Order: sequence, then structure tokens, then C-alpha cells
Amino acid sequence: MIEVEGLTKRYGRKLAVDHLSFQVRPGVVTGFLGPNGAGKSTTMRMMLDLDNPTSGSVRINGQGYHDLPDPLKHIGALLEAKAMHGGRTAYNNLLCLAQSNRIPRRRVDEVLDMVGLTAVAKKKSKGFSLGMGQRLGIASALLGNPEILMFDEPVNGLDPEGIHWIRNLMKALAAEGRTIFVSSHLMSEMALTADHLIVIGQGRLLANTSMADFIHQNSRSYARLRSPQPEQLRDVLRDAGYAVTEAGGGALEIDGAETERLGELAAEHRIVLHELSAQRASLEEAFMQMTAESVEYHAHTGGEEPGGQLPPGGGWGPEQAPQQAQQPAWGQGWNQGGRDGRRDKEI
Amino acid sequence: MASAAAVLQSEWTKIRTVSSTTWTLISVFLATVVIGGVISAVSNSTFGDLSDVSQTTFDPTLTSFSGMVLGQLAMVVFGVLVVGSEYSSGMIRTSLAAVPRRATFLFSKIGVAGLLALVVGLITGFVAFFIGQALLGDHSTTIGEPGVLRAVIGSGLYMCLIALFSMGITVMLRSSMLSLGILMPFFFLVSNILAAVPKAKDVAHYFPDQAGQKLLQVVPDAANGGGGSYGPWGGFGIMCAWVVAALIGGYLVLRNRDA
Repeated sequence: MIEVEGLTKRYGRKLAVDHLSFQVRPGVVTGFLGPNGAGKSTTMRMMLDLDNPTSGSVRINGQGYHDLPDPLKHIGALLEAKAMHGGRTAYNNLLCLAQSNRIPRRRVDEVLDMVGLTAVAKKKSKGFSLGMGQRLGIASALLGNPEILMFDEPVNGLDPEGIHWIRNLMKALAAEGRTIFVSSHLMSEMALTADHLIVIGQGRLLANTSMADFIHQNSRSYARLRSPQPEQLRDVLRDAGYAVTEAGGGALEIDGAETERLGELAAEHRIVLHELSAQRASLEEAFMQMTAESVEYHAHTGGEEPGGQLPPGGGWGPEQAPQQAQQPAWGQGWNQGGRDGRRDKEI
Repeated sequence: MASAAAVLQSEWTKIRTVSSTTWTLISVFLATVVIGGVISAVSNSTFGDLSDVSQTTFDPTLTSFSGMVLGQLAMVVFGVLVVGSEYSSGMIRTSLAAVPRRATFLFSKIGVAGLLALVVGLITGFVAFFIGQALLGDHSTTIGEPGVLRAVIGSGLYMCLIALFSMGITVMLRSSMLSLGILMPFFFLVSNILAAVPKAKDVAHYFPDQAGQKLLQVVPDAANGGGGSYGPWGGFGIMCAWVVAALIGGYLVLRNRDA
């Protein structure tokens, strides 16, 4: 259990973290979501007592981090890949950490085995790839067999196999009753792993909700139609009292409408339909909408949407989301129309 | 609170598992012994060319330590890298997450590295002394002469203090490159040049290295010795004060700044 109370961090005039209060409960994966620069890493560093908060406090199982006898036995953290001395072997890097917290030497072998680095245990860690460095960081987090685990952007730079492995690891650790706190700027990633969601933007708490509630509240459903007679269809729909939005490729979209009624309407007026489908907007969109005002670094390239700084793989359209393409999961399929649909003019 | 014994053990593992420890400390030993030996041999063969004053104030002990001018630079590198590698690799955050008590962390690291520097410094000092004396021939001294043992042990203490001072500065600057860029030219050039300039030398005599070197001197007015109005232990005290100041400064930076 982690309790964050009124946590604030100010750098000069800039408020990086603004009175954050939330709790991270055991037994579930809690996602910590926010755009780049939202203050996620700063918050995590303050949770580990690495950065001094301007005000507020963090309690780990009811204690300040400072007062934990052997902190690695309570909370393990992956903050950045390669936060290890490159000239030291993987084994020795872990051994130094183990010794400082009175963790037996055999545990080093155990965690190396868990993350699949046994074969390179005696290799210097500066030769490690990003993925191997990430695994070594996870090994160090697991070293003290802690009840609380914290991962800062663990899937960054990993290949699909590594991403899959981390997801399953986090779920398995949560299932053992541990507290898992994982940050990400990718909603699609969170949708696959997190049970609970804490969303921040510009250091402020935007949402603290279960994943199921977030999905329920934020996924917009709409109907999508295409017809060779678009003008007629549009008039008919408007006469029937629907607010019609024009999407790309000659498609029309109607929020919250039922496809049955639309099909009947088209038939009554003898309009040919090439497509009539129920759609849902992606969570990525809901997330971007929520954080739109708080995104710090907008990309200003030709009509880019808020949150346009998300890197490829942001899970926003199938053509941009290799990790989704490999792991068909929810979020996929029904967001095709969404991307264009958002900036369409009302007609 | 993490147990101090556990943290000491961890810091010892850190020091012995990186190759920079080995090569910097071997450099300390070789530079000091080899250069000291060469200069002792040269002094022996050219002794007759020295002026009368230089001959009467010739300090064979100090001459055998001539190599420390370079040996101390390797010791600076050792001290800087022990601390600086934590910062350059980002390891500092992993280390402080494991040992959140910053005083325990810092002073365990400095204690282990300082003790190692002292041991290497003492071995280097004794070896440099005996090899130097052997090469000085008729102009040599013995360990039993007054003040000589103090000077030889002093050379080990001096090396240890140089390492500690470098560590303190590096914790303050949080960068190996920056620390080396300041400490190397300072100890190799600035301090020695200022100590030879008439007005500046009154100040330079209170620099850590100039003060500390007084401890290596047996003949009070040795031609190649330092000036200053303090004795060997006075100089040692001045150097210790510098080291304590650097370490306190380092601790304050580590305690107050975000990692």
C-alpha cells in the first residue's frame, strides 16, 4: 500500500507536481498515466525519497521511505533502464544492491533466472541492449522480494516479446497480492495491464478510477454509414433529428445512434448503404481528450490533434500501432473512424 | 535504517568489482615508485653539481617521494571515479533507493575507498622510500633517523587525504569530468606554480597539497620542500581541514539536492 498525500514539487516557478493525493492498493496493477512531462517520473522519484517534495508526504506501508529498515525488501523500483554501473557485471551490480539490504547472495541468482539473464550474468552490463538493461532493472526491483513494485515506463524500447513478458509478469505479481504501480504514457498499454487507473496532467490528478469505470465512461459509441447517395442520406438523417458528422472517405457518423433504426430509415427512403456499423471510440482518444489542456509539448504540424506528441505505437490507429497489431486486443478495430471523426465539421 | 555494516560490505563490493579501481591504484604505485627511483638515482649521480646550500639541506626522504607529483594525480582519478561513476551511470538513484540514509551511504563509500587509498598509499610510500634510498647510495638516509618514519607514514596519509578530498569535491560537483577537469590542473599546475610566485605563495602554502606535503619533509628547509610557517603536523592539520570541508560540502549537496 502506498499513500500519497498532497504531494507537490516546484522547480523554480514551474509546478511539476501539484497537490497529488492517491492510494495504490495491493493485489491489483495500478496504472499511472499521463502525457510526457506530466510529472509521473518526478512523482515516482519522490515516492522513493530520491527527490525532496516541496510539500506533502508519501507513506509506504504506513512508514516514510527513509524509515524503512531495508527498503528493497519492501519496495522495488525500476526507474530507468541502465541505472547500473556499466563496467560491472550484471551479477555484481545486483550483488552490491543485495548486500546493502542484507539480502542473501543466492537471491541474486534467483532473480537473474526469473528475468532470463542467467546466461549473461558474468557479462559487463554496458554491453546490454535496452531490453536486457530493462530486464536487469526489473531483476533489481525483484531482488528483495518486495510487496510493492514500481515500474516507470517498463515497456519503453522493448520488443513485442519483452512487452508481453513484462505484462504477464506484472499481472502475475499482482495476483500474488503485491502492489504494482506502473507508469506509462500509452493508454493502449494500460488498457491491457492495469486494473486501476490514476491519470495526471501537468502534475494534477485528472482521474482516479477503476479501469472498467474508465472504459464505461469514456468510450463513445457511434454509428458509421457510407452510401453512394450521401446528400440524400444526410438530409434523411437530419430530418429524422440526428446530428450527423462527416467523417473521412465519404462516411457519416452519428453519436449514440442504434444501427437498427438507421438501417430501417435508409430502407424507407430507398437509399443504398455500403456500410452501416456500430463503432466505439478508442480509450486513447478519451485519454487525449482528458489530458488535452494539460499536454505540455504540443506538436504543431498541420492540424495535429492534442496529444500529437505521442510516439508511433501510441496505439491510436492500427496503421501506427505495431504492438496492437501483434496483440489484437480491445481497443483495436473500432477506432478506425475515430481518428478522422474527431476534427470533422458538424454539418 | 539500513545497517552500516551491510552498506560497508556493499560499497566494498562496488569498489572491487570495477576495473578502474585496479588500474588507478596500480598507476599510483608505479608512478610514485618509478619516478621517485629515477629522480633518486639522478640526484645521486649529480649530487656534486649541487650548490653548498642545496647539499646541506638535501632531503633524501623527500627526494625518494618525488614521484608523488604524478602518483597523486592517479589518486585523484581514483577518488573521482569512485564517486563519479555513480553519477555518470545513473547508479546513484538505484543506490540511494537501496540506502536512503544519505550519510550512511556517503560515509560508507568514502570510508571504504579512503581505507583502500590509505593502504595503497602506505605500501607505495614504504616501497618508494626503500627503493629511493637504495638508489641514493651515499646520500641516503635510514628509516631510523629522526622524522623519517613519520615522513614515510605521512606519505600514505597524504595519498589517502588526496583521495578523500577528490571524493568530497566530486560529490559536490556530481560529475567525474568536471571534477577531473578542475582537480587535475589544480594539483599538477596551479598549486605548484602559485607556490613559486612571490606574493601568491603566502596563500598557496595553505592549499591542501602544499600544506600536506610538509608531512613528507624531514629536513625543515629542504630546497625542494614547501614553505609555510607551520610544521609537518601543522601542514597535516591544514590539509585535514580542507578534506573535512570538502566532505561536509559533499554531504550537504547530497542531502539537499534531488538525486
